[in-house]
Amino acid sequence: MTEPVGENQDPELEQLSGAELLIRSLQEEGVEYLFGYPGGAVLHIYDALFKQNQIKHFLVRHEQAATHMADGYARSTGSTGTVLVTSGPGATNAITGIATAYMDSIPMVVISGQVQSHLIGTDSFQETDMVGISRPIVKHSFLVRQASEIPVVIKKAFYLASSGRPGPVVVDIPKDITNPLELFPFEYPEQVAIRSYSPSSRGHTGQIKKALQLLLKAERPMIYFGGGVIQGNATEGLIEVARKLGYPVTSTLMGLGGYPGTDPQFLGMLGMHGTLEANSAMHNCDVLIAAGARFDDRVTNTVAKFCPYAKIIQIDIDPASIAKNVAVDIPIVGPVDTVLEEFSRMLENSDAQRTPQQKEAVSDWWVQIENWRKQNCLKVNRSPDSSIIKPQEAVQALFKVTKGDAFVTSDVGQHQMFAALYYPFDLPRRWINSGGLGTMGFGFPAAMGVQVAHPDATVACITGEGSIQMNIQELSTCSQYGLPVKIINLNNGSLGMVKQWQDMQYEGRHSHSYMDSLPDFKQLVESYGHVGFSVSKVEQLEDVLAEAFSLKDRLVFVDILVDPDEHVYPMHVAPNGAMRDMWLAKGVRT
Amino acid sequence: MRRIVSLILENEAGSLSRVVGLFAQRNYNIESLTVAVTEDPTLSRLTLTTNASDTQIEQITKQLNKLIEVVKLVDLTEGDHVERELMLIKIKASGAQRAEVKRTVDIFRGQIVDVMPNSYLVQLIGTSEKLDAFLRAIAEGTILETVRSGVTGLGRGDKILSL
Repeated sequence: MTEPVGENQDPELEQLSGAELLIRSLQEEGVEYLFGYPGGAVLHIYDALFKQNQIKHFLVRHEQAATHMADGYARSTGSTGTVLVTSGPGATNAITGIATAYMDSIPMVVISGQVQSHLIGTDSFQETDMVGISRPIVKHSFLVRQASEIPVVIKKAFYLASSGRPGPVVVDIPKDITNPLELFPFEYPEQVAIRSYSPSSRGHTGQIKKALQLLLKAERPMIYFGGGVIQGNATEGLIEVARKLGYPVTSTLMGLGGYPGTDPQFLGMLGMHGTLEANSAMHNCDVLIAAGARFDDRVTNTVAKFCPYAKIIQIDIDPASIAKNVAVDIPIVGPVDTVLEEFSRMLENSDAQRTPQQKEAVSDWWVQIENWRKQNCLKVNRSPDSSIIKPQEAVQALFKVTKGDAFVTSDVGQHQMFAALYYPFDLPRRWINSGGLGTMGFGFPAAMGVQVAHPDATVACITGEGSIQMNIQELSTCSQYGLPVKIINLNNGSLGMVKQWQDMQYEGRHSHSYMDSLPDFKQLVESYGHVGFSVSKVEQLEDVLAEAFSLKDRLVFVDILVDPDEHVYPMHVAPNGAMRDMWLAKGVRT
Repeated sequence: MRRIVSLILENEAGSLSRVVGLFAQRNYNIESLTVAVTEDPTLSRLTLTTNASDTQIEQITKQLNKLIEVVKLVDLTEGDHVERELMLIKIKASGAQRAEVKRTVDIFRGQIVDVMPNSYLVQLIGTSEKLDAFLRAIAEGTILETVRSGVTGLGRGDKILSL
């Protein structure tokens, strides 16, 4: 073997164009799928993509859907989702999806084309300052200035997106950088170091010990976890700690599935539409341990009245999430999985003993919790002589038909809350929704991304007639790639959550929350070559769903006409309410 | 409470906009800002002043630390420190007023760096309070133009902010 003459003349190294450097780097990074849409600024890249078979590209019908597909892929697998869009409108169309991923800490790399370097800043055709526009909604971003930087930038982008608190990273590449006529040696770095970035790899043992002592003395303990448990793969640790302690567990919207939803220790979701037992236990607890949860305003209700009796322990990988909204007594900065595993190990030690008095207090606490639970706050009220479908029943029927074993994505609104409350998830990464940004139009393309990652799995998108129309053009993408997702449309003919608030806070003035020009969804999906069902009678609900899910290799759209007057309960009393202050039904509150 | 936050950040295109953008995005205020390259050309040093409570400044510093380009950060107001601001000020100075302006500049240990027939250009360095006091000491209506550099500073003692 001859000695390389110099780094740039190494005869062993392949000579590639910028576009090829990018595609090769993505291959080295293990990218299986790209979700994207071509355009002028990325034509060189698309040409390089054409000449290879390793990465499969999915052509969407709108760039927002590409980001949500990548997001669904990422949430259901834990891998980083990868997006390729062109400059200008391609880039701006991707923004909503990037913001969605940012708010929920989803690993994503978005490659956007940019106009040629010498045209930047001249208001040239399809130019937009993508790095500038995306700045507040990315973990980091790069504007590539030289083709030779591409491998290192891609390595850094994937490292940043997936490590620490994950998030989206934008890589903006001017067209001239990908010129097929200029060749550069390709060498993919094995690792990259970023001197200002070193996410914590474990929690502080002293803090964990202190927290454990507090937990062991708790008389009314509560375990509260969020999406960090899912993104941080901490489910096992959480289950171990919860089982060893025997303490009650509640989850945020984002955490559902991080602890088995059908387990008796699980009190259901907490927060604005949380269960009576979860929210009441939160309010009354004396020690609260928060794992990978960020005390969002949709959880806490009025912060000043939040958990008035509790000492609070908070575990989070992101120091900025700790004590951001609520003062914390014992902060633990670290990955939720390793911290919970350390808790679990310490619980085996002989000094981790609980006194008989403490155990008795906790068993009294459980008696209290069971009293709340007995009120059955999720009971569906239906009159026996009506065959109208309650939206909750539609979700329950879906659970039955799919045996609780589907990937379920949702859009945003009433149907999202019904899905979260009435479809218990026993496994992580099965429940996929836009919790932070609350993006209508997320559910369907996210379901497509899940289906790409899990071709044989049952994937259902619970949506409403409002949300589904925000990305309905993707029916076409599903035809092209044969993605057999099942769309469960809870159709109440109005923007249900907006209408609910208007009923409760605006004396029923339904300002622009109705839709009186809906398409015939059955005909619509059939025109794309899919299967459509419509059902309006509760007696037929299960049969229709069963038939829909029996069509394994077809996209089926089930339009379920549900009771248009149904509200989501429980619901926090606001403003100025505490965790325990809830509406339990129309006109009925705690 | 007034805070002076000092940052070392990567001397790269766009890193300043991330710092400034963060303040706008999260509804924090920037009262002054000064930034320049350090002796290590890959790094810049940025000093900013802001008004924030203890809990706010904790969030601000944590959020700043999350920016990938921010390498190191210190809240100078947490400890003993030296702070300085530079002001250039053009003052009307003619007739009997001319001597009075000169005397005031001397009292504040300023320097007259340019002399015009009817005005002086004065340079003054000190804490922000001192610069404010000078402006109050100058007769009303005689200030023609001012520019201030924004606060910069270093911690006292052996502690240093470096890589």
